[in-house]
Amino acid sequence: MITFNQVSKRYSSGFEALKQVSFELEKGEMAFLTGHSGAGKSTLLKLIAAIERPNSGSVLVNNQNVSALKRAALPYLRRNLGIIFQDHKLLFDRNVFDNVLLPLQICGFDHRESSKRVRAALDKVGLLKREKTNPIALSGGEQQRLCIARAIVNRPSILLADEPTGNLDAEYAQEIMNIFKSFHQVGVTLLISTHDAGVLRDNQIRVIALKQGEIQTSTATPISDEQHVEQTCLPTHPATEENEPA
Amino acid sequence: MMHALAQKFSTLLIAFRRIFASPVAGILNILVIGIALSLPTGMYLLLQNAQGLVAQISGAPQISLFLAMDTTQEEAGKLRKQLGQHNRIANAEFISRGLALEKLKESTGLEDVIAGLGNNPLPDAYIITPKQTDAKSLEDLRNELQRLPAVEHAQLDSAWAYKMEALLEFARIAVLILASLLSLGLIAITFNTIRLQILTQDDEIQVSGLIGATDAFIRRPFLYFGAMQGLIGGIAAWLIIAISLLFLKAPLATLSQLYASNFTLHPLSMADSFSLLLFSVYLGWLGAWLSVGRHLSRMAH
Ligand SMILES: Nc1ncnc2c1ncn2[C@@H]1O[C@H](COP(=O)(O)OP(=O)(O)O)[C@@H](O)[C@H]1O
Ligand SMILES: [Mg+2]
Repeated sequence: MITFNQVSKRYSSGFEALKQVSFELEKGEMAFLTGHSGAGKSTLLKLIAAIERPNSGSVLVNNQNVSALKRAALPYLRRNLGIIFQDHKLLFDRNVFDNVLLPLQICGFDHRESSKRVRAALDKVGLLKREKTNPIALSGGEQQRLCIARAIVNRPSILLADEPTGNLDAEYAQEIMNIFKSFHQVGVTLLISTHDAGVLRDNQIRVIALKQGEIQTSTATPISDEQHVEQTCLPTHPATEENEPA
Repeated sequence: MMHALAQKFSTLLIAFRRIFASPVAGILNILVIGIALSLPTGMYLLLQNAQGLVAQISGAPQISLFLAMDTTQEEAGKLRKQLGQHNRIANAEFISRGLALEKLKESTGLEDVIAGLGNNPLPDAYIITPKQTDAKSLEDLRNELQRLPAVEHAQLDSAWAYKMEALLEFARIAVLILASLLSLGLIAITFNTIRLQILTQDDEIQVSGLIGATDAFIRRPFLYFGAMQGLIGGIAAWLIIAISLLFLKAPLATLSQLYASNFTLHPLSMADSFSLLLFSVYLGWLGAWLSVGRHLSRMAH
């Protein structure tokens, strides 16, 4: 689903943020991307969404070389990705509902269908009662969940999350991890960056560790993940399984 | 289809709300656009009216050919043949000096004076109707006829109308230049309004791009805004002209009566009104397009 081949990224400042990075993430797989601040986690995620372009090597998403995509093709790549940005990128000129609505407006969904989907996504992250609130009035954990709702409302097959538990205390962090696991269970491919060792401890989940732009360790995919590969074709999605009308 | 329409409509509503989000700025913008458009349009309208007036007064252009008094029968016959065969003359009507005197008596009522003259002072003459009636060919033809041996004097009857026409042409070009300059101004106004809007909505544009918005999606509300502002500005211009005409109507009627003419000021025709609105919409749209385009290309580095 996601393949990095000898990918290097040097910023225009001359700093080499990624060096010869290679790894593969299977369809339906869930992995943590770890490393200290500055290790290159955000850069790696940005390369997947073609927000940044590599200087060498190739990034394949769904067998498509995204590093070679034309600018006009980028929107259609990004619509298949759910992205949770490290700096949230919420819009404070509109309420919670309208923040989640934006991806659907971009794809041109009609009003009724999009309202239904927005509510389903908000329900999934437990923010249904806050739909009229301005995100500025939400707590850190709620803002993070709002980001998740916006990322999944389009039902993407790949979810990228950049330090989604960054500034949250353990309880909130666990809550968010549970949400991600539920996506994993229905076959969504997830790559979650974190520098929080605590989340990793009790998980059997694959870890891709970055150190100064290089892959240090990449634990093998646990066998148990094989079954999830099968599930990726299921029509149900965590964002809607409860609210979809029969 | 219905859904696409509904979506366009809601984008349109958003654009409309944005224009009047800060009412003072919105109204000022529209006023500026309206005035800037009404100036050249109003002048164009006046020109059109003046042109109609000139055409109405001058009629078809003719050249009067007065023959020398001492023209012989033979020379006169040769001239008649020449005029008859000339390929740039549509018609040559002969007016004998006797007939000319009769006409003079009739038209001036100076019968006694003319009778007192004793012998007829008028020469034989031809009234020439040329085929080509543009100023240049008329002047050429007049010069050519003037050089004929039997001709004493060749006179272009509607010379003043052609001078007027030349003047109008000059004014028309002046209006065109004015219109072009003001159009550029309008594009600049929209460009700047949109630029300011983009600044306040930079977050939305950035985020939209990151989560899969096409350039077209990002452009659309701004284009609608520009076009809408242009449309309302165009309507303002139309109203300014209509109201000005209303004010001009009464004094013009008096003037027209004094000159015993039935001249009335024509308002903007339907077609011209439509063109005005279309043009102002286009200018607003273009200003917006340039502004967003610049921003998008900057975003792509
Ligand atoms: N746009 C940029 N221009 C220059 N250097 C950058 C840019 N973005 C990130 N970097 C540098 O690249 C390195 C990796 O950054 P990043 O991928 O954000 O790391 P992480 O997300 O793991 O903290 C850092 O040293 C950072 O300073
Ligand atoms: Mg980062």
